[in-house]
Amino acid sequence: MASTVWIVRYLWLIPALPLLAAGIGALLKQGQRRFAAALAIASMSLSFVLAMLAFAQALLHPERVFLNFPWMQFGSEWVKLGWMLDPLAAVMMVMVTFVGLLIFIYSVGYMHHDENFTRFFCFLSLFAGAMLGLLIANSLLLLFMCWEVVGLTSYLLIGFWYERPAAAAAAKKAFIVTRIGDLGLLLGMVWLYGQTGTLLFYDHGAGCMEHSALSLLATHTVSFGMAASTGIALLIFCGAVGKSGQLPLHVWLPDAMEGPTPVSALIHAATMVAAGVYLVARVYPLMSVSPAASTGAPSSALEVVAWIGALTAVFAALVAVAQDDIKRILAYSTISQLGYMMIGIGVGGVAVGIFHLIAHAFFKALLFLGAGSVIHGCMGEQDIREMGGLRKWMPVTFATYAVGALALCGFPLFFSGFWSKDAILHAAHGWNVSQVPFYLGSVGALLTAFYMTRQVCYVFFGTRRKGAVPDPIAPSEAAASDPLEAAHESPTTMTAPLVLLALFAVVLGFIGTPAWPWLQGFLEMRHASWDFRQLAEDGLPQLMLASSLLVFAGLGLGWWIYGRRPIKHAADPDTLERLQPAIFHALHQGLYVDQFYALTIQRLAWWAASFANWLERWVWNGLPLALAALIQGLGWMDFSLDRWVVNKGFDEGCNSVAGSGRLLSRLQDGSIQNYLRLVGAALAVLALFLLLGRRG
Amino acid sequence: MSVPFLILAAVTLVGACAAMLFRGLVHCALALAVAFAGFGALYLNLGAQFLGLAQLLVYVGAIAVLIVFVVLLTRGGDNDSPPLSPAPRQFTGILVATAIFAILAWAIFHSFAIRTPGIPAPQATIRQLGAALMESYALPLEVIGLMLTAALIGAIIVAMKEKLGPQ
Amino acid sequence: MTPLAGCLLVASMLFAVGLAGALTRRNAILVLVGIELMLNAANLNFVAFWRFGPHAGAVTGMVFVLFSIGVAAAEAAVGLALILAVYRHTKTTDLRQLIRRRQ
Repeated sequence: MASTVWIVRYLWLIPALPLLAAGIGALLKQGQRRFAAALAIASMSLSFVLAMLAFAQALLHPERVFLNFPWMQFGSEWVKLGWMLDPLAAVMMVMVTFVGLLIFIYSVGYMHHDENFTRFFCFLSLFAGAMLGLLIANSLLLLFMCWEVVGLTSYLLIGFWYERPAAAAAAKKAFIVTRIGDLGLLLGMVWLYGQTGTLLFYDHGAGCMEHSALSLLATHTVSFGMAASTGIALLIFCGAVGKSGQLPLHVWLPDAMEGPTPVSALIHAATMVAAGVYLVARVYPLMSVSPAASTGAPSSALEVVAWIGALTAVFAALVAVAQDDIKRILAYSTISQLGYMMIGIGVGGVAVGIFHLIAHAFFKALLFLGAGSVIHGCMGEQDIREMGGLRKWMPVTFATYAVGALALCGFPLFFSGFWSKDAILHAAHGWNVSQVPFYLGSVGALLTAFYMTRQVCYVFFGTRRKGAVPDPIAPSEAAASDPLEAAHESPTTMTAPLVLLALFAVVLGFIGTPAWPWLQGFLEMRHASWDFRQLAEDGLPQLMLASSLLVFAGLGLGWWIYGRRPIKHAADPDTLERLQPAIFHALHQGLYVDQFYALTIQRLAWWAASFANWLERWVWNGLPLALAALIQGLGWMDFSLDRWVVNKGFDEGCNSVAGSGRLLSRLQDGSIQNYLRLVGAALAVLALFLLLGRRG
Repeated sequence: MSVPFLILAAVTLVGACAAMLFRGLVHCALALAVAFAGFGALYLNLGAQFLGLAQLLVYVGAIAVLIVFVVLLTRGGDNDSPPLSPAPRQFTGILVATAIFAILAWAIFHSFAIRTPGIPAPQATIRQLGAALMESYALPLEVIGLMLTAALIGAIIVAMKEKLGPQ
Repeated sequence: MTPLAGCLLVASMLFAVGLAGALTRRNAILVLVGIELMLNAANLNFVAFWRFGPHAGAVTGMVFVLFSIGVAAAEAAVGLALILAVYRHTKTTDLRQLIRRRQ
């Protein structure tokens, strides 16, 4: 319902301010760094304030409010766009603006030495604007437009250091892989528009997420006995698969770590990859409707979502175990956690998935920023085997990183990850289609704890492996003796956001506990009560115990292998590598998915491109080529004609004239006797004629 | 066709042929003189007395002698003028001459001359000739006098040894 | 064969001989000789026609021949003078050599 509340009317300001900052930032010169940073941070702060106001409004009136306007007319139809404010959007906006603001502040310190500082903030603001626009979109078309801009900024930011070929290639890869997903999304959009005639989500009953449209789609069946709603839902899910790095379109995320660490934190951990999950949440009514809705079985679209999420979660967790780059571990971890979010939405509904999304955003951003701090402190070193013992040298970073790691692992009771992951596992346990996602999720939890412990041990514990600096030296002494080798703590602009995020990583868990499921209630627009008894029902205590045990097991295993006997030198093989080199290597290579794609799809694409090139050159160009050849032939013929017939004819004519002249000139050779002979001959002939004439 | 005519014609012919055939120039010149004499005799035979004697005077007496003089003056080197050699060029000349002769003979034989009977000789005395020259042909006479003068002067100038400057 | 025809025939024979010589001999003087012969043959023609012709009384033929003789004399004189002059220049009276030198 359209509202006269001014925050709803001016909701568009939230994305518009960062967009404006980006627009102005594009015009700034390289030297105007402080102005660029100030512009970006100011616009983000304002957006944060407005988002808080919107959140307050949503708190007071937990209902869906939207505002539609006609945008473009073609023929007799109008394409409408609009924005909306509902609890989901409000929560997401607050999260995006807050985390974004912290990362913006962090970037000031991190990118201080980079000469393209202004361009960085311009792109960051552009991203923020597009992401916020995506969140408030009431139309699938507007969402898609913002989705594409987000993809564009991801490309720009991954390839920020474009002189590095690896970065440029990674950006290209990200764009192309997400494009494949976006194709599915576009097809789904077109199909949806064709079936329902509207792309607005909510439009007083006429929107495509509303009852009439959904029932129309559910009853309309296409080939394979699949309902139109399932088909459209799966196609839209394709977009989410690409954007959120689900199997099989996950290959771009690890390579996307080529971008600067704030980019990885903001885009590839907290927000952009969450856009896929948000999309699924937005079109959840479509995904959940099914012809068999009356029996209570989930729709086939949601089944697919849950399965893919489960497979992704385990796959990525396995691969993360064998990685050496600090950011790549976190990238695979993100893929894995996104899989969890998909499981959550698939089995448990929007609230379950979004709870994990919000929690994950904070602690993953924290982990990435912490990793950035570590990299910054180690002068750009990213290989964990080269690090070690950094907790003495970078204490604040260590503390906050540890908090984030524990949250990610799901350490019981005090960390947000525990509550959010438990909600997912609880919903998976209660899924009546299959228990396999539950088991996969549990295995994934174990692996998560294991690889995070491995990473923390490698980076922060043990001895410093890079160079020959021995351990007992105190940090201050080392800094004095060899500043290049010494790792140092990062400046306050970088550590302050870390601390804030760590705080939230702990606190946020409490908004979604079963004792007080506030977030779930808020999202589903119902009241949630504070009730400790809910902790005891429904098999929850056993589940919480089981997951806690899994986490402890993972932590213990990790500590036992890596913490107690850390490797001494950077070149030493990993313990697991020594035990199972083949499996370790396969995991390290991401189970060869990239290589598989290179062999099949890339080759196919190359062949198709070659064929198209051949077609272009010889068939479509054939006519002009033939014409050109014809004209060339005509020209050659003309030339030959000219040369051999006309010219030669002319030459021969002249020659014959000259020849005859030469011949005739022999008559006048100066020999008078010849002249006389001629005269005599002529006389004879003349006389003959005269005589003959006379007689005749 | 009387016998004297035939004999005289033969002599003239032989002289002419000899003049054209001999190798030595002097021999040619002398043969020419014989031919000229033959001509004069023929004129006398035909009744043109003054003409015959004039022929003998001018041609034999002056022109033939002149030719002999010039032959003698231009001796040295090319004394032997090769006779008719069977070169193609020579052949062409003889061919042309033969053709001319053939045509003329043919013309003669097909003309009225064959049919014309012989008539007695006309009377052409010196007196008549002189009268004609002085009356009817006075202008030609003067002109020819002028021409002879011009020729005389011309020949002298042309044949004069050139007195060139510093050479 | 009438006397006229005979005379004409002889005259044409002499003309042909003179022409042949003028066309074939290499020496310039002999060319002149040939020319003189031709002239004489023509004169004989005239005289023959005068003798056997219709206007026998008139002396036109004779007068013509007289003038012809005069002209021939003048021409022979000038021609021979030219030959002398050329001989002094080029030391030869050979026609072919003279023509070649001029070419």
